[in-house]
Amino acid sequence: MPQGDYIDLHRKRNGYRLDHFERKRKKEAREVHKHSTMAQKSLGIKGKMIAKKNYAEKALMKKTLKMHEESSSRRKADENVQEGAVPAYLLDREDTTRAKVLSNTIKQKRKEKAGKWEVPLPKVRPVAEDEMFRVIRSGKRKTKQWKRMVTKATFVGPAFTRKPPKYERFIRPSGLRFTKAHVTHPELKCTFCLEIIGIKKNPNGPMYTSLGVMTRGTIIEVNVSELGLVTPAGKVVWGKYAQVTNNPENDGCINAVLLV
Amino acid sequence: MTMMDTDEGKTVMCLLTDPEGTHLGSAMYIPQKAGPLQLTQLVNRFLDNEEMLPYSFYVSDEELLVPVGTYLEKNKVSVEKVLTIVYQQQAVFRIRPVNRCSQTIAGHAEAVLCVSFSPDGKQLASGSGDTTVRLWDLYTETPLFTCKGHKNWVLTVAWSPDGKHLVSGSKSGEICCWNPKKGELEGSPLTGHKKWITGISWEPVHLSSPCRRFVTSSKDGDARIWDITLKKSIICLSGHTLAVTCVKWGGDGIIYTGSQDCTIKMWETTQGKLIRELKGHGHWINSLALSTEYVLRTGAFDHTGRQYPPNEEKQKALERYNKTKGDSPERLVSGSDDFTMFLWEPSVSKQPKKRLTGHQQLVNHVYFSPDGKWIASASFDKSVRLWNGITGQFVTVFRGHVGPVYQVSWSADSRLLLSGSKDSTLKIWEIRTKKLKQDLPGHADEVFAVDWSPDGEKVVSGGKDRVLKLWKG
Repeated sequence: MPQGDYIDLHRKRNGYRLDHFERKRKKEAREVHKHSTMAQKSLGIKGKMIAKKNYAEKALMKKTLKMHEESSSRRKADENVQEGAVPAYLLDREDTTRAKVLSNTIKQKRKEKAGKWEVPLPKVRPVAEDEMFRVIRSGKRKTKQWKRMVTKATFVGPAFTRKPPKYERFIRPSGLRFTKAHVTHPELKCTFCLEIIGIKKNPNGPMYTSLGVMTRGTIIEVNVSELGLVTPAGKVVWGKYAQVTNNPENDGCINAVLLV
Repeated sequence: MTMMDTDEGKTVMCLLTDPEGTHLGSAMYIPQKAGPLQLTQLVNRFLDNEEMLPYSFYVSDEELLVPVGTYLEKNKVSVEKVLTIVYQQQAVFRIRPVNRCSQTIAGHAEAVLCVSFSPDGKQLASGSGDTTVRLWDLYTETPLFTCKGHKNWVLTVAWSPDGKHLVSGSKSGEICCWNPKKGELEGSPLTGHKKWITGISWEPVHLSSPCRRFVTSSKDGDARIWDITLKKSIICLSGHTLAVTCVKWGGDGIIYTGSQDCTIKMWETTQGKLIRELKGHGHWINSLALSTEYVLRTGAFDHTGRQYPPNEEKQKALERYNKTKGDSPERLVSGSDDFTMFLWEPSVSKQPKKRLTGHQQLVNHVYFSPDGKWIASASFDKSVRLWNGITGQFVTVFRGHVGPVYQVSWSADSRLLLSGSKDSTLKIWEIRTKKLKQDLPGHADEVFAVDWSPDGEKVVSGGKDRVLKLWKG
């Protein structure tokens, strides 16, 4: 029989040594220290194999512990609360089309927008570009034709300074510049000669607005402090919009109606 | 004898019966000039009533509003035959019809999806798409509490029949229990359902007092019984293959669930066993209604407004239940997407008592009147139909809405019917004359939920315009 079997047989017949279990427990307790010493002292390939085995065991243990932990970050994301709540008896029913409501809403919004810009002259004749500008020939031999002279009434601010002539493309003649307008109050039926503050909008396009061109239908801003208007809060109104009602380039003056 | 001598040839043989067909004595001669008032005195005398109770009388399902002789002449009925007159008791109280909006309460940030009065009619709860349940003070008509705790739209709210608890279910499947006196959440939300809650029903007071258990139905195909004290689900009623759309806890301790799998199942409440399955519908079942639903909802509270101590509550509720139920078993009506309704007597037979046809679109809501004598059905064909609550006979149709009718509600005395519709109006219909009594415009968008208070004083409506409107007389 192998030697271990003789040992087992003897233990079966005569029992264990009295301090057997104590020595066994202490030996098992010291096993980790022995294992650690061996891992630190081993050199070469032996050390690498021990380290690899230790790492695998450690990873497995960590994974097992992690598996039983409660996860605080893995909670199901809450359903976001959507718009358009409906009762439970409508949730399973297909949404009826709201196209009619949408189109009605759009139409209403357009009307609201249109009503905001109700002016005395809603439509005006468009002005062609060859009517608005005249070609200016420049240079020694008059071969350069990129300059344009504005043939309509214009407004420039008090701080206006011409660009250098070499670079100026749009020329606004000083003879066609205006600083005042005859503004009529539509309810008071009286006319004032007021200073122009700026050009708000030219119906022919934003380019003419930026150039300060005043044609029929242009919205201008005038200084109304002479009228003595006040806001409901008691402050003095000094700027108000008016719409040009004549053709200034023909009449030589600007007539406008105050927008109230 | 003397009467016969003086009015010889001006009597008619009549037989008085109750709606179930029981005779009141035998056929007797009565004068032809007797009208509903005299017949009322006669019935009270025969029934030995302690006080004069109001009755209405029907001949061939038509209400008798004129003296008997006039009726005979008008309809050319022979005086030789025995005229059968059916008498129906009416509510002993009469409520004022509502006709004006007393308050428009803003506060909800999304559509109001459900509203509910408390059983005594003194408190009001509303659930909304802004994930809050709000409690409102009915005396000052102002907000009382804002209960936060839900994660998604609040689809349904339900008061316990003793008025001490309020539960609400939301679209994410959780159920919150609220203390109505403090506006606080009792414990944590109850979870168990995987999809949205479609209905909540409490155990009646006369079966268990104080109220502890309620049942919820859900889109995930289950209905669950919860205990509000243990804060957990006791029994899970699994059996439906599709969404459970409606659940009712009946007065005899049976739970009825209606489902999108076209069946109605009856469950026993101690162990959750399936008792019976009612088949017949061809499409989704949208709504169930019990003939005793009003007394199950209000418990011990009645029109007198008395408060009972807790130990008497159960007995009082049982008295009211037995009085409303009468001798016949509990009746159930179901409304479906197949445009029909079925009237059942579930404890007697698994075959429907009658098939109620006439609607031209899906039936969205069905409701018994508080005395159990009428059934109202709201349909997407823009009409509300009225049916006899005992026989299922068609009575009349109420037309006037220009959009699908979403919900109906009865007044506490069963004389008036309220309907809320997609066309942003509420309408009040009178049962006696079968006509429109009051048109209540005022909402800016669809009306999703309506409720008439159990004491009959107020009507509440909420809808897509995010406001709650209170109406009164």
